[in-house]
Amino acid sequence: MIPLNAVLAVSAVLFAIGAVGVLTRRNILIVLMGLELMLNAANLSFVAFSRLSARPGMTGQIFPVFIIAVAAGEVAIGLAIVIALYRNRDTVNLDDVNILKG
Amino acid sequence: MLALIPLIPLFPLAGFLFAGLAGTRVSKRAVGLVACGAVLASFVIGLGAVVQLAGMDPGPAGDGRRFETDVATWLPLGSAAPVTFGFQLDPLSAVMLLVVSGVGFLIHLYSTGYMEHEAGFARFFAYLNLFMAMMLTLVLANNFLLMFVGWEGVGLCSYLLIGFYTDRMFDARSGMTCSDAGRKAFLTNRVGDFAFMLGMLFLLERFATLDFSTIMGTIDQHSADWYGAGLLTLVGILLFAGACGKSAQIPLYVWLPDAMAGPTPVSALIHAATMVTAGVYMLARCSALFWHAPAAMGIVAVVGAATAVFAGTMGLVQTDIKKVLAYSTVSQLGYMFLGAGVGAFVGAIFHLMTHAFFKACLFLGSGSVIHAMGGEQDIRRMGGLRKWMPVTALTFTIATVAIAGFPPLAGFFSKDEILLWALASGRGHWALWLAGSIGAAVTAFYMFRLTTLTFAGKFRGTPAQEHHLHESPRSMTVPLIVLAFLAVVGGWIGIPSLLTFGRDINVFHHWLEPVVGYHGAPAPEAGAAFWAPPPTLQLAGTGLHAVTIEEVAPPAQSGAPHTSIPAEAKRHGGHGGSSEGEPRHLPAAAEWGLIALAVAIAAGGMLLARRLYAAGGAGAPERLARAAGPVYVLLARKYWVDELYDFVVLRPFYALCALFHRIDVALVDGTVNGVRHATIFASHLSSAFDRWVVDLGVNAAGWTVRGFSRLVRALQTGQVQQYATAMLFGAVLLLSLWIVIK
Repeated sequence: MIPLNAVLAVSAVLFAIGAVGVLTRRNILIVLMGLELMLNAANLSFVAFSRLSARPGMTGQIFPVFIIAVAAGEVAIGLAIVIALYRNRDTVNLDDVNILKG
Repeated sequence: MLALIPLIPLFPLAGFLFAGLAGTRVSKRAVGLVACGAVLASFVIGLGAVVQLAGMDPGPAGDGRRFETDVATWLPLGSAAPVTFGFQLDPLSAVMLLVVSGVGFLIHLYSTGYMEHEAGFARFFAYLNLFMAMMLTLVLANNFLLMFVGWEGVGLCSYLLIGFYTDRMFDARSGMTCSDAGRKAFLTNRVGDFAFMLGMLFLLERFATLDFSTIMGTIDQHSADWYGAGLLTLVGILLFAGACGKSAQIPLYVWLPDAMAGPTPVSALIHAATMVTAGVYMLARCSALFWHAPAAMGIVAVVGAATAVFAGTMGLVQTDIKKVLAYSTVSQLGYMFLGAGVGAFVGAIFHLMTHAFFKACLFLGSGSVIHAMGGEQDIRRMGGLRKWMPVTALTFTIATVAIAGFPPLAGFFSKDEILLWALASGRGHWALWLAGSIGAAVTAFYMFRLTTLTFAGKFRGTPAQEHHLHESPRSMTVPLIVLAFLAVVGGWIGIPSLLTFGRDINVFHHWLEPVVGYHGAPAPEAGAAFWAPPPTLQLAGTGLHAVTIEEVAPPAQSGAPHTSIPAEAKRHGGHGGSSEGEPRHLPAAAEWGLIALAVAIAAGGMLLARRLYAAGGAGAPERLARAAGPVYVLLARKYWVDELYDFVVLRPFYALCALFHRIDVALVDGTVNGVRHATIFASHLSSAFDRWVVDLGVNAAGWTVRGFSRLVRALQTGQVQQYATAMLFGAVLLLSLWIVIK
């Protein structure tokens, strides 16, 4: 049996890798990938708590299903935005997308 | 047709709009056609209306022939009767209507030939048509105010047409341009118009209406008391002053000779045949009022007689063909006023009509001459033109004979009627008759002088002018022929019964008598005493005696409607044969004597002129001028009246202006400038406050906001990842805070 803390540690590492990806990479596609990593880190935590906590139950397993669905939608919209952006601005570099600057 | 009379002035008005708005975009031919057509339409409708009017029943009093129509209300005047756009046709306006539109049409026709080569052809016809519209309004109006509209309108057109050649000099000696001449006419007319307006206001105040029919119909009630009688006299004098301006009588005649600056058809139409006779028409229109104001009539007669002689003598020495005719016009207008002043309103209108014929013919003839001479107007450089222009010469001569008063041409009958009344009317005087006769002699002299110098003898101009001489085109000669024909036969509608040995064929008299005939008033003794001379004195001039003072009505006439007029006179006047409304019946021999004398006077003038100016007589006039010496200079310089006006009116006026100018500069300008300086100073203060207090506050607020926003702006980079970083650190911060607090 894998201890809960080990799974949570993996989840934390995954989340950190995703967050660093989101914050540091300039290519939007990589940023979206980082987002996926962060979401899945959260999913891993839910499943771990559902299975390995002091009071196991099904609630923690249902949440990842919703999150996966929402993530699919998010990716679909995100990729659509990326394509639209590329068509309009000829770039996927986030540094060049700053017209909201004050 | 009668109901259509409001349309009569509208045709020329439409023509005016056409020529004025579209005239430069269509051909000259079209402009001329429309302009002539408009006037012809007015004439035709007018003729139809007059025929219908003549068919109306004159009624027992003879004044039933009247038609009046109100198109619309113009001014509701409160307690007074409203002023309407009202038109009326009665025998008097019928005569004027036909003369104005008939002669007007002929002159329009003539102008299409005369103005053919002129720039401003359309402008000319626009003005001419506007003039016709205004003149027809004047003669058809049924109230004073609408008449005044026409009165002012014709004045305006007169001004515009005198100054038609805006770029030409009129009189090089005095430096007067054509525009100046127009202004002179307009301003001189203002003086008379002012008096006319005052008279109108007095009438409105007293009668509470401006309608002719109401005022003239109720005049008896108002002349009863001394205030009313005095008022009527005052109004009569004021109206006459207005007529003086329009009809060029002393002292306001000075504009008419200078009005010759306009094109010649204008001189014929406006300054001879129609507009200048508006004053006579107005007096005849108000004849009822004048019958009640003997003193005013006396003034009219004296001024008219004086003008007839005075202007005639000035015409003796003029060398400009049009100026001779201009002074002649003033003189003939004087005749008409003399007639009106002695009660011969019928005679005045009769003379107005015949004068319109022969004077229009003379002016158009002079225009034909000027046209052929290439603009030359000095009769000393003409001569012998009969050879080149037979039609012009013949018509001009006929008109000259007519104006000189030889029977049986038109001028004889009308002039004779006026002279007879001047001598024998209750308001006449032998001195007035004498003045009229002198005027007639002078007229015959200067007119034959003009004709002889122009058409007889040898040509005295340059060879270039001689080469250019030609008869005028058909469009110009046809009106001349028509007018000359009218100048011959025009008088035959008013032949006195004396010449037909008692047979009464004086159509004109019967036609007008109900409108302008004696309007009974209790004959004021003062007026009668003043103007009726002792019978012996009255006949001293003719060497005859025994005036029959009884009213002799020929038996043949006793049934005719017009005999009600003397009857009415008796009823009102109280003393039979008062001769207020009819001239005293002189014995037939005396009347024949008067006629013979008049013809002899005309013949004398004619023979003298021919003797002096006929071929080879070129030296005689100079010898005469030298012999006459100061008299010649006096006449040649036109009695120095212009100079007198300059000295009496203009110089003091200019001096007054200079004085006011100085007051203006010192006082008014000083005050205004002071206010200006104070305002500028106050503005400077206000500006400083604005700049250093208000602007500073506003700017400070602006600067503050800008400083802060520069700080805040730095946060918003537009970089999504920076925002995400901020969020992350925020979340971590909140989380650690929560952990610590917990």
